Amino acid sequence: MKYYRSHVLVCVDPECLQKGAHELVDALQDELVATGLIDEVQVLETSRIGGCSLGPEMMVYPEGVHYVGVTPDDVPYLVEEHFLKGRVVNKFQMPTTKIVDEELGAPTQKEVRIVLRNCGKIDPENIEDYIAEDGYQALAKVLTEMTPEEVIDTVLKSGLRGRGGAGFPTGKKWQFTRQAPGEIKYVVCNADEGDPGAFMNRRVLEGDPHSVIEGMIIAAYAIGAHQGYIYCRAEYPVAVSTLNIAIQQARNLGLLGKDILGSGFDFDLEVRMGAGAFVCGEETALIASIEGRRGEPRPRPPFPAVQGLWNKPTNVNNVETYANIPQIILKGPEWYASYGTEKSKGTKTFALAGDLNHTGLIEVPLGISLREIIYDVGGGIKDGKAFKAVQIGGPMGGCVPAEYLDLPLDYESLAQAGTIMGSGGMIVLDEDTCMVDVARYFMDFTQDESCGKCTPCRVGTRRILEILTRICDGKGQDGDIELLENLCQEIRTNSLCGLGQGAPNPVVSTLRYFRDEYEAHIYEKRCPAKVCRALIRYEILPDACTGCTVCARNCPVNAISGERRQTHVIDPDTCIRCGICMQVCNFNAVVIE
Amino acid sequence: MSVETKSSEKILEAVNAAIEKYGAKQEELIPILNEVNRRLGYIPTEAMEQISRRLKEPKSSLFGVASFYHMLSTKPRGRHVIQFCESAPCHVVGGREVFEALKETLGLEPNETSPDGKWTLITTSCLGVCSVGPVIVIDEDIYGNVDARKVPEILARYV
Amino acid sequence: MPTIKSLDDLKRIREEALEKRKVKTASGQVQVIVGMGTCGIAAGARDAMKAILETIQNENLEGIIVTQTGCIGLCEKEPIVQVVVGDQPKVTYGKVSPDVARQIMKEHVKNGNVLKEYVIQV
Repeated sequence: MKYYRSHVLVCVDPECLQKGAHELVDALQDELVATGLIDEVQVLETSRIGGCSLGPEMMVYPEGVHYVGVTPDDVPYLVEEHFLKGRVVNKFQMPTTKIVDEELGAPTQKEVRIVLRNCGKIDPENIEDYIAEDGYQALAKVLTEMTPEEVIDTVLKSGLRGRGGAGFPTGKKWQFTRQAPGEIKYVVCNADEGDPGAFMNRRVLEGDPHSVIEGMIIAAYAIGAHQGYIYCRAEYPVAVSTLNIAIQQARNLGLLGKDILGSGFDFDLEVRMGAGAFVCGEETALIASIEGRRGEPRPRPPFPAVQGLWNKPTNVNNVETYANIPQIILKGPEWYASYGTEKSKGTKTFALAGDLNHTGLIEVPLGISLREIIYDVGGGIKDGKAFKAVQIGGPMGGCVPAEYLDLPLDYESLAQAGTIMGSGGMIVLDEDTCMVDVARYFMDFTQDESCGKCTPCRVGTRRILEILTRICDGKGQDGDIELLENLCQEIRTNSLCGLGQGAPNPVVSTLRYFRDEYEAHIYEKRCPAKVCRALIRYEILPDACTGCTVCARNCPVNAISGERRQTHVIDPDTCIRCGICMQVCNFNAVVIE
Repeated sequence: MSVETKSSEKILEAVNAAIEKYGAKQEELIPILNEVNRRLGYIPTEAMEQISRRLKEPKSSLFGVASFYHMLSTKPRGRHVIQFCESAPCHVVGGREVFEALKETLGLEPNETSPDGKWTLITTSCLGVCSVGPVIVIDEDIYGNVDARKVPEILARYV
Repeated sequence: MPTIKSLDDLKRIREEALEKRKVKTASGQVQVIVGMGTCGIAAGARDAMKAILETIQNENLEGIIVTQTGCIGLCEKEPIVQVVVGDQPKVTYGKVSPDVARQIMKEHVKNGNVLKEYVIQV
């Protein structure tokens, strides 16, 4: 079989043909002959690359570069730049940055895949697949060439910070655990990913479990542990089973167990399943749960690095943190630190959700702006609506308004804007969102998940929820805003763990940026976004109503009256604001006032 | 007949199996309780007494653990347990309608068990499969992209 | 597989795994890959997998490797099935019902015709 160094696939779907795909193929062939590259580069016809609307289009392998809008006149330049000089021609690159499979199209410039590099590419239940992708090479390097101190030093230099949310430097944590006195030490992986809508850890556990296992073995070697636990939430049964299979395969190959790779280092790993408690994502609660107790947090210090599982020094990191380790070891800390900002290095996965055109999981270098994520990667706001805010960091995070769109995503900038990195949940909210309602939703979640051990969190979150509910119901009182501010401050400073300390964030941040909406609810009894049912009124526009009776027939409480072909009227006292009349009206005659 | 409580033999059998699988160690308490819960559908008081004796742990602390975690039940449950994901991502893509349909079809409110002992309806936190929401789990089967119309058809698969 | 006792052992396994892959693509081997993350399963990946295996049996298709992979990040398109024929680019299908799965096996895998209407852009 003849060997080509490069393949060019030109789309010949009808739309691309219309736009001159055949002419493009001919021009490419001619130019490759003229430049003498015809034996090195093969031109093939294909279909369905995905950018026909911008056609003609082509993919260049092995780089996986996607070019669109290339005319025969552009071909000489393109061939010279790409195939002779080896430079990607940016002006023809496919402009959108949709989430793409690395094998098919290169993730566009904005996305960088370190943690997700193997997800969807390898068979997670086959260890050979992982080994073929350089799996366990980092472990071999660590065990044969590096001292534990050198490993810690490498992780320190990479600038990796905890991906579970708080952002503590991983190398430092390892150092503390290594230096803590005691013979027996443990490594623990926090896979209790509980933030609603954030599922990046699930994807790594189900798609590339060995990267986490390898990261944990390296951590164990660095801190001097011989036993590890992965604490996975019970809501992820598939992840638990994938992990167990992966651990068994690693054991069979001798990558877990006694005398790993002939180095004399012993380490084994067990999966512990939770039983449904959000607070177990907090590290001291998680440790209590592994020990077989109620998953309630305890005060820190002592930190787990000094006194953790069964009171032994314990290193707790999250799934994403461990999954980064093998690549850092293999490619070097400088390579990792070349991504990101001065204080926040590397990449982070985010779960994009909400009113966006493209939702899903992404991995981007830290320091990227919110604008780039929302408009370039996420494809902008749905239905052409305006951006209002983005809720970052899960239930303990805050809402960031439009004036921060150019905020670089790093730990410090987010803290300044009143939110946290968290596990990387990002819910984008458009102009139709009521911020008081959003705050209420998150408070409903935290008060439900509060473990109940300390009073500020247990009682305080409930009081906040009551006040927010009353405001949304149109019963807000003068002084409520001040009361909320006061409560938030108390809960933040007096709660035992991160759940309680972070619980007020959605309220504090919405009060900071959208105070006028709270005021409109309380003083004008008006919901500016027209969301809160008690504060809106459905009305029928007399000019648009044709008297077709559809609304009246569909109203569940018979609140609409009117003769056929006559303008209908909604009785506001009977109306329950279910919105059915608005949905069924064919003439857009029903509006919210 | 009402919800089935389990006979002493059944309970003993489940406790023995769970302890055999994980060992009579205090740190294995949650896996043991999970196993009993899975086998019997709930953790009867009698099982709690058995485990307490075998693990040499006070019953109060066992009850403390069993009542702390959402997925463990100290009350009998139906033959099939339906978990409905109540998180925001599912909520906004039609979860509310699915939940209404479930409640209406079964005639149950959350945390209730049907009089014939067939169904128990509970809510769960995010299952991390938000892109295929709304999501429900029946026993160990997970269903995505559920809409209210599909509910009767899905329920009909269980006897 | 024997246990890995040294760096060389690991390298050898890696080489072998890569070699196996190369042989697969060079010989025109057909691989059918089903996304079996929770999202895939929730959307019906098990039914698609079952349909694929049944079709292989019923149609007496030979030399086809059926494997699984995790979530590729396009969960709203699940169940996702990918077909790789030899060294040709991978074709990714979305929303694969058992019926579509059977069609993929008959049309694409057996007869070499890509089912364009179900191909998704990734």
